[in-house]
Amino acid sequence: MKFVRTTTLVVGLLALMGASLAQQGRDGTVTLLYWQAVSILNPYLSGGTKDIYGSSIVLEPLARYAPDGSFIPYLATEIPTQENGGISDDLRSITWTLRDDVVWSDGTPFTSADVVFTGAYCMSDEAGCTARNFFSDIESIEATGDHAVTITFTVAKPFPYAAFVSAESPILQKAQFENCLGVRAQECAAENFGPIGTGPFMVSDFRPNDVVTYEANPLFREADKPAFQTVILKGGGDAASAARAVLETGEADWAWNLQVAPEVLARMEAAGIGQLTSSFGTSVERVLVNFTNVDASLGNDRGEYMGGDNPHPILSDLRVRQALSKAIDREILVEIGYGPTGATTCNIIPAPEIYASTANDDCLVQDIEEANRLLDEAGWERGADGVRAKDGRRFSLLFQTSTNAVRQDFQALIKEWWEELGVEVELRNIDAGVFFGNDPSSPDTYGKFWTDVQMFTSSAAGTDVESYANRWTCAEISGRANQWLGNNQHRWCNTDYDALRQELAQTVDIDARAELIKTLNDMLVQDVAVMPLVHRADVSARSNTLMGTHKQSWDSELWNIADWYRGQ
Amino acid sequence: MLRYLARRLLVAIPTLLAISFIIFAVLDLAPGDPTGNLPLTIPAEVREQVRRSLGADDPFLIKYAKWARQFFVYEPISLFENATGLALPGKENRLRILSWQTRSPVSDLIVQRLPQTLWVVGLAYLLGIVIAIPVGVYSAYRQYSVFDQIGTLVSMIGFSVPTFFTGLLAIIIFSVQLKWLPSIYDTTLVVRDWPSFVQQVKQMIMPVTVLAFFNASQLSRFMRSTMLDNLHQDYARTARSKGLKESVVVLQHVLRNSLIPVVTLIALGIPGVFTGAIITEQIFRVNGLGDLLIRGIYNSDIPLVQTITFMFAVLIVFFNILADVAYGFLDPRIRYD
Amino acid sequence: MTELGLPNPDTGLQAPVAASKRSSAAEIWHQFSRHKGAVVGMIVFVTIVAVVLLGPYLYPVKASETNVRARNQGPSIERPFGTDNLGRDLLAQNLAGGRVSLAVGVAAMLISIVLGTVIGQLAGYYPRLDGPLMRLTDLFLALPILPLLLVIIMLFREPLRASFGPQTGIFLLIVSVIGLTSWMNTARVVRGDVLAVKEREFVTAADALGSGNNRIMLFHILPNVMSPILVSASLGMAGAIITESALSFLGLGFPSDVPTWGRLLFDGKDYLSITPMRVVWPGLFISLTVLSINFMGDGLRDALDPRLRGRT
Repeated sequence: MKFVRTTTLVVGLLALMGASLAQQGRDGTVTLLYWQAVSILNPYLSGGTKDIYGSSIVLEPLARYAPDGSFIPYLATEIPTQENGGISDDLRSITWTLRDDVVWSDGTPFTSADVVFTGAYCMSDEAGCTARNFFSDIESIEATGDHAVTITFTVAKPFPYAAFVSAESPILQKAQFENCLGVRAQECAAENFGPIGTGPFMVSDFRPNDVVTYEANPLFREADKPAFQTVILKGGGDAASAARAVLETGEADWAWNLQVAPEVLARMEAAGIGQLTSSFGTSVERVLVNFTNVDASLGNDRGEYMGGDNPHPILSDLRVRQALSKAIDREILVEIGYGPTGATTCNIIPAPEIYASTANDDCLVQDIEEANRLLDEAGWERGADGVRAKDGRRFSLLFQTSTNAVRQDFQALIKEWWEELGVEVELRNIDAGVFFGNDPSSPDTYGKFWTDVQMFTSSAAGTDVESYANRWTCAEISGRANQWLGNNQHRWCNTDYDALRQELAQTVDIDARAELIKTLNDMLVQDVAVMPLVHRADVSARSNTLMGTHKQSWDSELWNIADWYRGQ
Repeated sequence: MLRYLARRLLVAIPTLLAISFIIFAVLDLAPGDPTGNLPLTIPAEVREQVRRSLGADDPFLIKYAKWARQFFVYEPISLFENATGLALPGKENRLRILSWQTRSPVSDLIVQRLPQTLWVVGLAYLLGIVIAIPVGVYSAYRQYSVFDQIGTLVSMIGFSVPTFFTGLLAIIIFSVQLKWLPSIYDTTLVVRDWPSFVQQVKQMIMPVTVLAFFNASQLSRFMRSTMLDNLHQDYARTARSKGLKESVVVLQHVLRNSLIPVVTLIALGIPGVFTGAIITEQIFRVNGLGDLLIRGIYNSDIPLVQTITFMFAVLIVFFNILADVAYGFLDPRIRYD
Repeated sequence: MTELGLPNPDTGLQAPVAASKRSSAAEIWHQFSRHKGAVVGMIVFVTIVAVVLLGPYLYPVKASETNVRARNQGPSIERPFGTDNLGRDLLAQNLAGGRVSLAVGVAAMLISIVLGTVIGQLAGYYPRLDGPLMRLTDLFLALPILPLLLVIIMLFREPLRASFGPQTGIFLLIVSVIGLTSWMNTARVVRGDVLAVKEREFVTAADALGSGNNRIMLFHILPNVMSPILVSASLGMAGAIITESALSFLGLGFPSDVPTWGRLLFDGKDYLSITPMRVVWPGLFISLTVLSINFMGDGLRDALDPRLRGRT
C-alpha cells in the first residue's frame, strides 16, 4: 500500500500549486453533456452509471480510487492498512478515521453518525439499494468515536475497501435521509433529487432525465475551489451528437461515453476545438461460449447445466472453440470499432498491470488455416454447400448481442470469418434494455443465453478483481433454479478453478494474489470459455479550454471536478 | 344533442377503463427490466432486490390495481391539494404514481415536460394550420395552375420525406456547417429579455420548421381536396348565378363549408400534440413528452409509460367526441339522435 | 410518418363519395393517365421496383461482403455508391435494402388494408358493432408501437422462426406489427363511406330481395367504397416503408445483416461528414418511392372520383 501515500502527496501538491491565484467560482459555467440523461441523484437508487457520476459531484465517499487504481482518502484522514493498524490482523475489521474539518453544505458537521446511517440505509433489504454488494459480509458498522467508524466482517476480507469507497458508495447525510429508510427510500423524491453533500458543488436545480444545475459549495473544505461557479449537466440525444457538440460546435465542454466509430471521432477532433480523453479500466468486449444445449425442443431443460449432463452439441469440444477464436482478427476489430480507444487483448482480466497475464498472446494473430485444421481434426467436414457437418448435424451457430452500431459491425465481421471456416452463422441483435434485463418471461436476456454465442462488455467493479473472478465459479451457473440470475452465463464449470478462487479469498500477499488471478484468467481463456476481443477504454471528449481534468475508469470520471478550471 | 353528448361520455368511461387495462397488459408482457441499464458489475441478487423494492415482481393484477387506484383516486386528490394548497386527511398514505427511473411522481415529470412539447410541437401544429389553409384554398381555387402544381409538389415532398431525414440534414447544415443555430435545446433557458428571447427563437427554429412543414403538407392537401369538392357543388353555382362577388362565394360560402371536415380533422390531431413528436424531439434534443415516453420505454419504466399512454388514450377518446360534436354543430344537416 | 397521428390528407374524413356507376377500368386508366403527377410517379415507381428487382443480375456484388482494406470510400467507377465503414458495397446494399423495404411496404399495406376494410365495413354496416369496433380503433390509436413490437417479438419469434426460418419469421413479425398498428385510418374512412352507401336505394333493394348480409357487404357495398380503399392502400404502403425506417432508426426491426433503406440511413447517419452519400442515397430512395406512391394515389383518387371524371 505504499503507492497510496505517494499518490496522496502528488495530488496534494497539485492542489497547492493551483491554489495560488484563486478564488472559488472565478471561471463561471462548465457544461457537461451526458447523452443518457441523469434520472436521480442518489447513487444508491441509480438506474445506471450516469446517475452515479451525476451524484459524484455532490456526494463524497471516505476514499476514492486514483487514476492508477490506488486509493486517495476523501472524507477519511488516511487509507486504513494492516501496517497503520486500520485493518485488524485477522482481516475481519477495518477502522476508518474521519476528517474532523468537514461540514455538509448546509453547515452541519460531518460525523461518524452519517457513515453508520449510510450503511444502514443501503443494507436495508426493502430499500432496493444498487450498491448492496458493496456491503456484503458485513456484521456491523459502528461509530467508535465522533470521527471513527469500525466495520466488522463475518469473514476474513483481504480486500475490505468496498463499503464507503468510490463514487458508488458515498456518504449520505443522516439528517436529510433519516425518514427515507427501507421502503420509504422510494418515496423520498425531494431528497433523492437534491442530496446534501460535502463535495465541491451543490444541486441547485434538477429536472429528471433532462438537466441538472449545480452551484459551487461555499462551505467546501478547500476555500479556493472549485474554479467553476456553475455546472450544467445536460442529458439527451445520442453519443455521436454529444461528441459533435464538444468537438465541432463547442456547445458543451465535456461529453461522456462516446462509443462512436473511430474515424468519425477523428474527423470531429480535427475541427480543433476539443479533444478525446480516455482511460482504460477492466472493460473487455468478449464473446461468451455456451456450454449447455439450448435447443428449444428441450423444453424446461433448455440451457440447464444439469451437472454437465446437457452439453452443447457443437461447442463442448475444445478444438471447436479454439478454432472459432483463432478465426477472429482482433486487430481489425479494434481498428474498425475503437481505434485509439481500444486495444487488442487475449485476457479477460487485462488490468491493472500486475494482474495482466501474457501467456495467451498467440490469439492476437488470426490463423484461419490452423482453425480449419482444428475443425477437420474434430471431425467436422465440409458439405456440398460449404457448411461443415458432423454426424448429420450442421455447424450452425446463433450469435446474439445488444443493439449497438459497433456490436453489429463486429457481428458482421465475425460472421464472415466464421463462414470462411464453413460455419453457418445467424445474427440477432436485441434491444439493450431487454438483453441486459432479467425479465423472467423474456427469452432474450443475456442471463438466459439461449443462443450459442453472445457478445457484450463487462468489467470488474473498480479494481476488485476477486469478486469479478467469482462469476465463473460453478455455484454462479445461471439456470431456472436461480431465475437465470446467476453470473456464470456460460454455464462453464471447472472445479480446479473454484479451488483456486477459494485460495484467492484467503490470500493477502499482493504478489501471490496477482499470480493467482493470472492463473484464473489463463484457465478461462485457454479453455476458450470466453473469447476476449477488445480491451476498451472509456472515452469522453473535452473542450480545449477545459483544464485540470483527469479521466479515469476506476471511479467517477468527474472525481476531481473541484480541480477543473478554464484555461486559454 | 345534449343527450347524445351525455351518452357518448358515459360510454367513454368503461371504454377507457378497458383501454387502460389492455395497455397495461401489453406493457407488462413486454420484455424488459428496470434494472437493465445498471452497470454489469452489479450482481443479479442486488438487481432482484431493486426490482422487488419497485414492485416490479408483483403479480400483474396487483400491479394494475395499484396503478389504477393511484391514477384514478390518489392523483386527482394530489392535484387538487397542490392546486388549492389544502392537505386532506390521509395524505401520508396516498402513494402517488412513481416513475421507476426517477422515483418521483410521474405527474411532476409530465408537468415539467409539457411546456417544451406545447411550445415546439404545438407551435408547429399551429403554424402548419396557418400555412396550410390559405395554400390549400388557393391551390383548389386555381386548380392545375402553376401555384397549385408547385404547391402539390412541395406538400408531397413534405409528407413523403421522413422527418428524421430532414432533421438530420438541418442539423448538419445549420448547426455544424453554418453554425447559425444550436443543436441542443436548452430547457433551462428563461426568456426575460431580448437576447434570451432571440436565443429561444433560435433553438426552436429547426424543430418547429421541420414539424410545421410536415403538418402543413398534410393539411394543405386535405384542405385543397375538400375545397375542390365544394367548389363544384350546386350551392356554389347558385351563389354565383345570383351575382354574388367571386370572393364572397369562395370565402364565405365555399370556405365555410370546406372548413367543417378540416376543423374536425384538426381536432383529431390535437392529442398528438400532447404526446410530442418522438423522433423530432430525439433528433433536436427537445426534452418534451415524446422524449420522456421513449426513454421510459427503453428503461422499462412501466408506471411512466402506462400513465402517458393512457393520458393519450383519454385525449384521443375525448377529441373524438369533440370532433363528432363539432361536426354536428357546424353542419346542420347532421343530426344526432 | 404521421407523427401527429393525423389521418391521411387524401382519405381522412372525406365527405362520403359513392360511385353510382361503376366505370370500366379503361375509363379510370384514361383519367389516371391525364394526371401528370400520377404518370411521372408511376414511371419513377416502376423504375425503382425494376432496378431493385433486377439489380442483383445487373450488378452482381454481394451486399454483405466486407472488405476492410476499402473502407469509407467515395463513389468510383468500380463502386458507384462507395463503401461503408466495413467496406461493404453501398450500391449492392441499397439494392438489397430496397427489396426488403418494398416487400415490407406491400405486405404491411395488405394487412392494414384488409383489417381496416373488414373492421370499417362491419362497423358501418352493423350498428351493434359500431360502438365496440370504433372503441377498438381508439385503443389501437393509443397503443405505443414499440412495446407492442417487443411483446409480439417475444411471443411469436420462436414459433415463426421454427416454421418459416429466421429471415421470413422476422419479416412476418415486422410486417404484422406495422399492419396491426396502421389500419385505423382506413377503418374510419371505410366506416364513414359504408354508413352513407348503406342508405342508398340499391342496398335497400338488395336487402328487400332477401340477399344475405354477407352478400350485400361483399357485392353491393364493397365495390362502392373501393375508391377510398385504393387510395388508403397507396398511402398505407408509403406509411409502412416509413414506419419500417423509423423502427430501424430507433434500432429495432430487422437483424443487422438484413439491410433495409431505413437501416442504411440509420447506420449511415454518424458518417454524414465522411461519406455523406451513405445517408443521401437511402434517404433519397425512401423519399422518392413514397413520393411517387403518393402521386399515384393522388391520380387514382381523381380517376375514381365520379364528380371529377369527364372534367379536364
